[in-house]
Amino acid sequence: METTTFINPKKGTAVLLVGTMKGAFLLSSDANREQWAVSGPHFPGRIVYSLAYDRRAGRQRLWAGSSNFFGIMLHSSDDFGRTWTNPESSPIKFPEDTGQALKQIWQIAVGREQEPDKMYCGVEPAALFESNDAGQTWSLDRGLFNHPHRPQWQPGGGGLCLHTIILDPNNTKRTLVAVSAAGVYRTDNGGDSWQARNQGLTAEFLPNKYPEFGQCVHKIDRHPSRPERLYLQNHGGLFRSDDAGDSWQDIANGVPSDFGFSMVAHPHDPDTAYIFPLDREMRSGLDAKVRVYRTRNAGASWEPLGTGMPQHNVYETVLRDGMATDALDPVGIYFGTRSGKLYGSRDEGENWRPILDGVPAITCVKAVTV
Amino acid sequence: MAITFNIPGPLREHTGGRSHVDIEPGAATVAEALAALCREHPGLRDRILNERGEVREHVNIFVGEESIRYCGGCSAPVKDGAAITLVPAVSGGRM
Repeated sequence: METTTFINPKKGTAVLLVGTMKGAFLLSSDANREQWAVSGPHFPGRIVYSLAYDRRAGRQRLWAGSSNFFGIMLHSSDDFGRTWTNPESSPIKFPEDTGQALKQIWQIAVGREQEPDKMYCGVEPAALFESNDAGQTWSLDRGLFNHPHRPQWQPGGGGLCLHTIILDPNNTKRTLVAVSAAGVYRTDNGGDSWQARNQGLTAEFLPNKYPEFGQCVHKIDRHPSRPERLYLQNHGGLFRSDDAGDSWQDIANGVPSDFGFSMVAHPHDPDTAYIFPLDREMRSGLDAKVRVYRTRNAGASWEPLGTGMPQHNVYETVLRDGMATDALDPVGIYFGTRSGKLYGSRDEGENWRPILDGVPAITCVKAVTV
Repeated sequence: MAITFNIPGPLREHTGGRSHVDIEPGAATVAEALAALCREHPGLRDRILNERGEVREHVNIFVGEESIRYCGGCSAPVKDGAAITLVPAVSGGRM
C-alpha cells in the first residue's frame, strides 16, 4: 500500500471513500486495483458516517457528513480532498417549528442524472432533507416528517435514523427510504406523501411479526438497471422485492445467519448480491471467520466467500454502510470493519486481500468511478 | 470592562485564530453574551448551540469557575469583566 497525502485518480478508475469514527480516508488505484494510494485522515477526530461522490454535470465533487462535540457539518471537495468546505453555518437544520435538532447525517445521496442539482440527505432524528441547488441549501421533506406513523417510530440501537435513500433512476417522483426502526417508506409523488412499504417484512421483536411499520431495516440496495429489484438486510431476515417495495419475499435460503447490517447488489447482474452475516449475540462474523456470502440466483441460495481472509479466531463486524461494489469489470467488492480493516476483492468476491489495517472503526465504504 | 470569552483550540478557526475574544460590556446573561460573540464570529454559533438554541450536549460553558449547567443554563447571569470559558466536555471512552 502506498500512502500519500492526496490522491490523484485517473479518469475511469475506482476511488474508495472510507468513513471512520475518527475521520475519512480516500483511496485510488488503477484499473487493476492491486495497489492503492491512500490519503487521510480527512476531518481528523470527527465521526464520518456519510460520504458520496457527485459526477453529474461535469463535477468531481466529494461530499462528507461529519460530527464531533461541536456539531454536525456537511462538507464538499472539488479537488479530491486537498481542500474541503467548512461552512460557517450548518446547511442542514430542522426548522424551528419541528422542535427537533440534527444529531447525525447518516446518508448523502446525489440525485438522478436528469436532475443534476438535486441531492438528498438522510439524518437522525429520522428525516429526509432535499437540495435543489447542488447542496448549497437544504429543506426538510415535510411529507415524510409529518407522516402519521412518525410519533410511533422507535429508535434502533444506532438511534432513530433515516439511513438509506433509493432513487428510482427513471421515475423522478419515486423515492424509497429506510428508517430504523420504522421500516420502508416510498413516495410516488416527489415527496408530497409517503406510504409504508413493509408487506412481507418481519419485525421479530414485536408481538405482531408483520406490522404495517416498525421493522428494523438495516440496509437496502437496488439493482442499477432494474430499479424495481431491491435487496434488503433486515434485523433478522433477508428479503427481495421485484416490485419496488410493494411486496417482499424471504430469501434467507441456506444462510447460516439472517442477521447482519450490510447488503449490496451486484452492479451488472441483477441476480447477484452480497451480505456479511453476523452472529446475533456477538454481532461479528460467523464461526469467528471473515466471510462474505453471495447469491447468484436472486437469493435462492447463498455461498460463503473467504479466500484470502482470516478464518480463525477473528471477530469482525461490518456496519450497514460498510460494504460497497465498484462498477468496473470484473466488479470489485470492498468492506470495512469496526476494527479498522478494509478488505477488497477485484474478482467479484472469489479472492480477497487486505487493503487497509489499523485505521479507526470503519462506519462507511463507498466505491465510485471517477 | 469587556466580557472575555476563552476559545478552545478546535473553534479558533472561527475566531481568526484568537484564543481570547472580548465583547462589549452590557450582556446580562450567558445567552446575551453568546449572541454578541456569535454576531462577531458567526461560525461559532452552530458549533456551540443546536438549532433549538440549546448548548450542545458535549460543550460546557463556565462563567468564571461555575458551570452554567448548575446555575441557570444560558439564563445564568454575567457581569461586566467576566471570563466565560467554552470547554469540550470530558466525554471519553468512545471509539
